[in-house]
Amino acid sequence: MTSYPRSLESESIEIIRETIALANKPVMMYSIGKDSSVMLHLARKAFWPAVPPIPLLHIDTTWKFRDMIVFRDRISAETGMKLLVHTNQQRLAEGVSPFTCDSERYTAMMKTEALKQALDAWGFDIIMGGARRDEEKSRAKERIFSFRSAGHRWDPKLQRPELWNLYNARIQPGETIRVFPLSNWTEPDIWQYIAEEMIPVVPLYFAAARPVVRRSGQWIMVDDNRFPLNPGETPEMRVVRFRTLGCYPLSAAIESTATTVSEIVRETQSARTSERQGRLIDYDQVASMERKKEEGYF
Amino acid sequence: MRDTLRFMTCGSVDDGKSTLIGRLLWESKQVFEDQLSALAKDSLRHGTQGDAIDLALLLDGLQAEREQSITIDVAYRFFSTPRRHFMVADTPGHEQYTRNMATGASTSELAVLVVNARKGLLTQTHRHARIVSMLGIRHLVMAINKMDLVDWDEAVVLQIADEFQPLVSALGFESFQAIPVSALRGDNVTERSSASRWYTGPSLLGYLEKIDVTRGATDVAFRMAVQLVNRPTQDFRGYCGRVARGTVSVGDRVQVMPGGMETRVRSIVIGQAEQCKASDGESITICLEDEIDITRGDLIASASDPAGLSDQFEARVLCLSQQHLVAGRSYLFHLHTCYAVAIITAIKYQVDVKLGTRLAARYLDLNEIGVVNLSLDRLVPFEPFDRCRRLGSFILVDRLSNQTVAGGMIDFALRRAANIRWQAMDINKEVRSRQKLQKPVCIWFTGLSGAGKSTIANLLEKRLFAAGRHTYVLDGDNIRHGLNRDLGFSEADRVENIRRVTEVSKLLVDAGIVVIVSFISPYRAEREIARSRFEPQEFLEIFVDTPLEECERRDPKGLYAKARRGELVNFTGIDSKYEVPEAPDVRLETVVLSAEECVDRILLALDPRSVFHTIDN
Repeated sequence: MTSYPRSLESESIEIIRETIALANKPVMMYSIGKDSSVMLHLARKAFWPAVPPIPLLHIDTTWKFRDMIVFRDRISAETGMKLLVHTNQQRLAEGVSPFTCDSERYTAMMKTEALKQALDAWGFDIIMGGARRDEEKSRAKERIFSFRSAGHRWDPKLQRPELWNLYNARIQPGETIRVFPLSNWTEPDIWQYIAEEMIPVVPLYFAAARPVVRRSGQWIMVDDNRFPLNPGETPEMRVVRFRTLGCYPLSAAIESTATTVSEIVRETQSARTSERQGRLIDYDQVASMERKKEEGYF
Repeated sequence: MRDTLRFMTCGSVDDGKSTLIGRLLWESKQVFEDQLSALAKDSLRHGTQGDAIDLALLLDGLQAEREQSITIDVAYRFFSTPRRHFMVADTPGHEQYTRNMATGASTSELAVLVVNARKGLLTQTHRHARIVSMLGIRHLVMAINKMDLVDWDEAVVLQIADEFQPLVSALGFESFQAIPVSALRGDNVTERSSASRWYTGPSLLGYLEKIDVTRGATDVAFRMAVQLVNRPTQDFRGYCGRVARGTVSVGDRVQVMPGGMETRVRSIVIGQAEQCKASDGESITICLEDEIDITRGDLIASASDPAGLSDQFEARVLCLSQQHLVAGRSYLFHLHTCYAVAIITAIKYQVDVKLGTRLAARYLDLNEIGVVNLSLDRLVPFEPFDRCRRLGSFILVDRLSNQTVAGGMIDFALRRAANIRWQAMDINKEVRSRQKLQKPVCIWFTGLSGAGKSTIANLLEKRLFAAGRHTYVLDGDNIRHGLNRDLGFSEADRVENIRRVTEVSKLLVDAGIVVIVSFISPYRAEREIARSRFEPQEFLEIFVDTPLEECERRDPKGLYAKARRGELVNFTGIDSKYEVPEAPDVRLETVVLSAEECVDRILLALDPRSVFHTIDN
């Protein structure tokens, strides 16, 4: 055993392999972020020299950063894994966007509802996601194999006991299981592992001069010309980076000069705010994440 | 390189577990600014500390938990000091959430058992000490909390520690440390406090930073359970798994269990890298010199010192479900990566959680601990739990509801399995059947009391007998006069009742006879076991479907009237459940069918099974 990420790596590989062994039709959520990158890397290690026997699923709201989509297509081509992309076309046609409705309803329709549509359409029974327990306090309560009743609902009071490394994945038709192989990783662990394994990540994680505007005390990047500027508002160039990536109008940048993975590792180790601070959707209601999770959000 | 300690907190409700962890996170500066402002808001809304910040709210992440100021499910939190990383499982104190506490304990290396200085040791303190020890935790810290409320009285600490000491030795903890603290004020949590000058030991965090929890024995034989077989091309065949114990090197001789074939390790792969050696805890892929048939659930073990192999065990179990664990019932058994069907053949005793004494028990209820004998339908490779957590721990899963109903630890294999062999007889079922010119079958009637089972069974036997078949009827009431006269009507007794009748039916079928079983047999699980004991063509489930009101109206033996008067308890349909068959082979609605018509239906269903056809040579 070398460093701590090595034992986390072994634990996660074990979980990923159990998922594949136990599922009838598994899928791996691919959100293009650093956690997805680590999870994908672990899956490739787990099954090498085979290509991981599992498709990737990306829920595309159409509002992701452009760099993310470029990165996604490059990685799926490199890995040889099947990439499935789903967008809630009905809501898109209705004109739902981060600028036409509040973040709570936007998330419910373009992410949660879209995810459920995709899972139902393809009939996946076990769904792997890159969520970590250190991200948020309702996620700190998650099992590694998290049971979802029909309709993808999470009932935190009805979770199965989960002893040792013995995962009970038996379900009835309609029920599903969400699996979180990175449950026990922290943000610094993720970056340290990315550094050690030289895992490619989206360039938006590294500091660079980018066009941003100030909204509610946060720096929001103007990634394309769909961004409605307020009268008299002009984007300014600032050296910023992102700690987490989502829809660009809802992901705040932080001022940072970290341009390498090792600088990011140092920065996260001395961080005074949590990484999800930049996620505007976490703050839109009381017990926000818990409610979103109950409805089926990852 | 800093290592990581995975620990848990446990103890009774309101002893301050969440506050203690909140304090550790707070003082180790792991609370981010945005979480802090959320905490301040939450404290005003749900806090129990007036205007001050309620640190427990850092842990109680669910809305229901904050509203009731209790912990329902285990929360996992992470923090670091310059010496060590920590992952802490904050577990609930309420007895009803013990299964969540066990979830947190099963992956921890050390337990911090919190005791309220004002209340002393409670039943829940004993229960938790016993459960964490049973689940394999070898290091225990007792945090005697709320010392500020007893004026930091040394006598309180001495008395609690003295009273607890016998349990420390009895449960075999390798290390034990009692630390007086005030989670609320932070005394002795991260720094030694001036409030307790008489206390010379370390602060809680100081202790957690230094304790060595590595397991002593490193020189143990290699074992790895196979999770999956990786075979992308003709040239590569690898066995994926996580090393459960010991070390493996390229060139080592290994045995594949349960098959018993031996070969050598050709290579060890992880990702694109090959390594010459792998040890305990590493996830790897092993390639072997020879092509051997290996599947998930097999164990690759050192050839010179292989693991145990058995289908009969004595094990400790913790019941995690409201459904009782009952002797005679079958469960899905999940041990490392292998599965089997297990029957609890005996509940040897229940363990009193407070005193540790043995109690006689017919069943185990939610949160109860007991020692049981298990009989599996196949041989599985294993290690006793005390020697290897990974190869000696198992769960039992209900085959119908899919719920995890128990966690268990193998103590040892029972010798019985090795010594009792089937005696092969020259005259077997087939020969006997041929002599009788019939195919034996078990026709199993289920339905409420008074549904008409015995009437139809009687008529069916007469028709079969007239056609020259050799038949026998096992009737519920009749059997209870003899073979099952020692059994009552509790759930455990009903399960045993059906188990015995199933076994007798099986013997009769083996003897070549057409057996008609007429028993209420109210539980789906037991009917499924009965079916599983026969060949698919040998078992026919007949549901005599008569509504309760109709049975009660007929009431041929006057039993419903008695039950309604309260003179009969555990009466099926009244105060004892009947689980309706989901897919019976024949369903008879006696309200619309006559008894003769019912028999016709059964004979029609029997026909393809050729009971009436002579067997060709």
